[in-house]
Amino acid sequence: MAPVLSVHHLTKTYRSGTRTLTVLDDVSFDVRPGETCAVVGPSGSGKTTLLGLCAGLDRSSDGTVDLCGHRLNDMSEDALARLRNQEVGFIFQTFQLIPTLTALENVMVPSELRGDRSARERALELLRQVGLEDRTTHYPTQLSGGEQQRVAIARAFINRPTVLFADEPTGNLDADTGATIEDLIFDLNETRGTTLVMVTHNLDLAGRTGRIISLRGGEIVSDESTKIGDMRSAVS
Amino acid sequence: MWDSWIFKMAWRDSRGSRRQLSLFLSSMIVGVAALVAITSFGQNLERAIDDEAKALLGADLIIEADEPFGAETEALMDSLGGEQSRRVSFASMAYFSTTEDTRLANVRGIEGGYPFYGSVETTPPEASNTYLADGHALVDASLMQQYGIEVGDSVSVGRNTYAIAGRLDKKPRENELMAVFSPSVYIPLAGVDSTLLGMGSRAEYDVAFRFDDGRDVEALVDEIGPRLRENDVGFDTVEEVREDWDEILTNLYRFLSVVAFIAVLLGGIGVASAIHVYIRRRLSTIAVLRCVGAVAGRTFAIYAVQAAVMGLIGGLIGAVLGIGIQVFVPFVLSDFLPFDVPFTLVWGAVAGGLALGVGATVLFALLPLVSIRRISPLLTLRATVTQEASDVRDPLWWGVLAVIAVGMTAFAVSNAPAPEVGLGYAGGLAAVFAALLGVARLIMWATRRFFPTGWAYTWRQGLANLFRPNNQTSTLMLSLGLGTFLIATLFGVQRTLLGQIEIAGGSERPNIVLFDIQPDEIDAVMEIVDENGLPVVARVPIVTMRLSAVNGRSIEAMREDSTVDLSWAHRREYRSTYRDYLNESERVIEGEFIGETDPEEDVVPISLEEEIAGRLDVGIGDTLTWDVQGYEVIGRVASIRHVDWQRIGTNFFVVFPNGVLEEAPQFLVLLSRAEDTAASARLQRDVVRAFPSVSAIDLSLVLSTFDAIFSRVSFVVRFMASFSILTGLIVLIGAVVVSRVQRTRESVLLKTLGASRRQVVRIMIVEYLFLGFFAALTGLVLSFASGWGFAALVFETTYRPDLSAVVAMLVVVPVLTVAIGLISGRGIYKRPPLDVLRADV
Repeated sequence: MAPVLSVHHLTKTYRSGTRTLTVLDDVSFDVRPGETCAVVGPSGSGKTTLLGLCAGLDRSSDGTVDLCGHRLNDMSEDALARLRNQEVGFIFQTFQLIPTLTALENVMVPSELRGDRSARERALELLRQVGLEDRTTHYPTQLSGGEQQRVAIARAFINRPTVLFADEPTGNLDADTGATIEDLIFDLNETRGTTLVMVTHNLDLAGRTGRIISLRGGEIVSDESTKIGDMRSAVS
Repeated sequence: MWDSWIFKMAWRDSRGSRRQLSLFLSSMIVGVAALVAITSFGQNLERAIDDEAKALLGADLIIEADEPFGAETEALMDSLGGEQSRRVSFASMAYFSTTEDTRLANVRGIEGGYPFYGSVETTPPEASNTYLADGHALVDASLMQQYGIEVGDSVSVGRNTYAIAGRLDKKPRENELMAVFSPSVYIPLAGVDSTLLGMGSRAEYDVAFRFDDGRDVEALVDEIGPRLRENDVGFDTVEEVREDWDEILTNLYRFLSVVAFIAVLLGGIGVASAIHVYIRRRLSTIAVLRCVGAVAGRTFAIYAVQAAVMGLIGGLIGAVLGIGIQVFVPFVLSDFLPFDVPFTLVWGAVAGGLALGVGATVLFALLPLVSIRRISPLLTLRATVTQEASDVRDPLWWGVLAVIAVGMTAFAVSNAPAPEVGLGYAGGLAAVFAALLGVARLIMWATRRFFPTGWAYTWRQGLANLFRPNNQTSTLMLSLGLGTFLIATLFGVQRTLLGQIEIAGGSERPNIVLFDIQPDEIDAVMEIVDENGLPVVARVPIVTMRLSAVNGRSIEAMREDSTVDLSWAHRREYRSTYRDYLNESERVIEGEFIGETDPEEDVVPISLEEEIAGRLDVGIGDTLTWDVQGYEVIGRVASIRHVDWQRIGTNFFVVFPNGVLEEAPQFLVLLSRAEDTAASARLQRDVVRAFPSVSAIDLSLVLSTFDAIFSRVSFVVRFMASFSILTGLIVLIGAVVVSRVQRTRESVLLKTLGASRRQVVRIMIVEYLFLGFFAALTGLVLSFASGWGFAALVFETTYRPDLSAVVAMLVVVPVLTVAIGLISGRGIYKRPPLDVLRADV
């Protein structure tokens, strides 16, 4: 089966004054459909940079990224935006809800962008699934952190994405709420068969995925299946 | 791309910011209001001129001359038929026996039913109909008020005395301002003291016609015009009056349009700065939208729709306000207009204001909006991502700027008397803008470069706010600087003009002018001056003459030659003098001034004023033949003088040397100086009692009259400038309120770290104090440049800045800025830190 995400010799450098900083150095890996994958590593190891490049939010200095059969390097900004809308869902550490939109409206945005007339019904269904059916008209500032992240999860799933990119999804939450959010992400991921690429510091959370890619100094130092991954491989 | 989602998102996104947006909008509202008010007023004015043109002239045709009509002209006028009314106008002293006051007045001797159209308004109203038959007088309202004269008192003009039948409130062809400068006294023509119209008097004669047969007056003057001109007789028709007023009022209207334009421009700057900050607060929203799949164009469209709707709302409110303000404009300008301007709704002006409001708002909003296209979705992952390219590298940004510049220039050109003036105006304004922005940059650079690290913490923090990210330095410099610049320029020009008059009336100079003195009266008049204990500063002889030939070619021959441009300088009556010295107000710029000549000389050396030499197209060595009341005198141009006409005194176009005109018919002017108004009034009264044909001018009265007139003019200018200032203030409030968002976070962080309320407030005071001070200083420096330009190029005098106004503005503007900053920033310290730190502001 062709990989959903294929990263080859990916390098990202930044210029800082006269110095050139290499944040990612010749990184390569593939992610298959339905696979769950965690990218771990210490601060500054290049995790978030890698996520941004894989999701088409940033441009690489060298190497290629293929997402859902599209070579991202060759695409315009607008084409990347359309691809993200159709194939990608995002969950962020800081939730990234639009403050002027209600919970329901926040969830509807990706679907409305596609011109989908059933956006409202689907958004309501998703909000029901994440347990926020009575908070639909609330604005982000009227919601707790956990509630905000649940709205973000509903938004991420509304367009039935092929890949879900998550950046420290429980990083801003207390332990109990974090655990609830983890369950929600994995449940939805499993029922919808979405590929999950998650950046996290949390090794327990990483352990719930099928594969862990460890980064250090911009390079992959290990790329291993977890027990869950092994179990999934055995089942498949 | 422009689907319903964009409008839906534009609406949703504006939630929570609508009050903020409406504040930004108010700057544009004021601009549009000014524009609609002024444009509507302009169009109503045009209509009023059309409607009132006949009443302005008061007749269908007026034939006029500055000497009694000759037999040929009388015969011609007789042949025209129609109803006729005669009038003689001349300056003479009016003496009020009740109060024993004298005042130079514009006396009009009237016979017949003038004005045929419109009316002379008097108190009591019937006086205008009865005074001629009763042999009484009407006296200007300003004059009666000034001297406390009542209806029923008497006024003497020359040797004749008239009962005052009524107060003149309104008359054709004159506005209230003219009345202040030269108040009128109407008397019956038959009752005019004939000695006042003798040799040397400056009377004007006219005959007004009313034709009831519907004849084409323009065709008539085409036919009789050449014959009238041959006899140095002029004429006025309704069409000419309409054109004259059109020209005057078009210039007034253009000036007002420029004011409105500046208000709209300031409004635009307000919008641009507001949208800039608004977009900065929307960065994460835009990044999220990009992240979840919105293409750049659609994201941009959300905010463009918001700007357009803002412009539409602002335009509508502005238009309604403008209609309201229009009611006040005629009131403000009433002194300058000889007729009432009716109030009607001008839909074209409303639509124009609305269109400009929307257009300007969208265009100015586009400047910051184009950057939306470059906002990276990566911001969702990293808050510190910098934009890939700045505005100056974006061709679209330059495109928008070019459209704004072209629009501005087109507006300026279309409202200027000549295209080059419009271009100059747009260029000047662009230079002021560039200078203000340049200084803003310089301040930011200099503050950073020479940062006073040794200063107290609050001072350092406040100063650092001038150059830190999200600073308001450029915006405040523009809005405050431009406002200060406009007001200071106005004060500077006013001070310069008044200063000139003060120089003219300085402590050592004469301040009383006695004129129209016959040679046989001069000794007695000097005796009266001496009896009053006042000095005779100068006695100046004046000889009236006309030009009969230039370099031997007669004026008649030149008149028939269509290739010669015959000007007023060829036709006018000259009042020349003879002396052997130059005045303080004149200097020779070419040739040599010759003060004495041999009476036997055939050709005498004369000195010409530079402008008249230009008009006559003559230079050194050319000859001018003068008809001195029947005698021919040939003058050779020996020198050309520059004359400072602004100095009140006795200045002349032509100065003859001693030895030529001593025996010619002449009258004299005597200059004296009185220390106070009582002494001046005493002298005038004594002289006029003894010699009713002698007139007097008190220069201190002229100065106060001028001051009164300038006050009214400057009131109008300030009223109009207040639109710009008000817009500037709103922009200032908007900018301060916007920067509050940034300052709130910082202030709360400081509070969390232990800063006291006093320290937080001090930091704010320092920031706004510096901004206000630098903006005021820059505006003032620029106003010196423009004031100097006005003084040198328009008024041809030395610039005298109003230093007290300068100091006042240097204090008031920073204090006002600080006050607005503190008022809008109140409560910041009261907010609990967690509220702010947790909120997504």
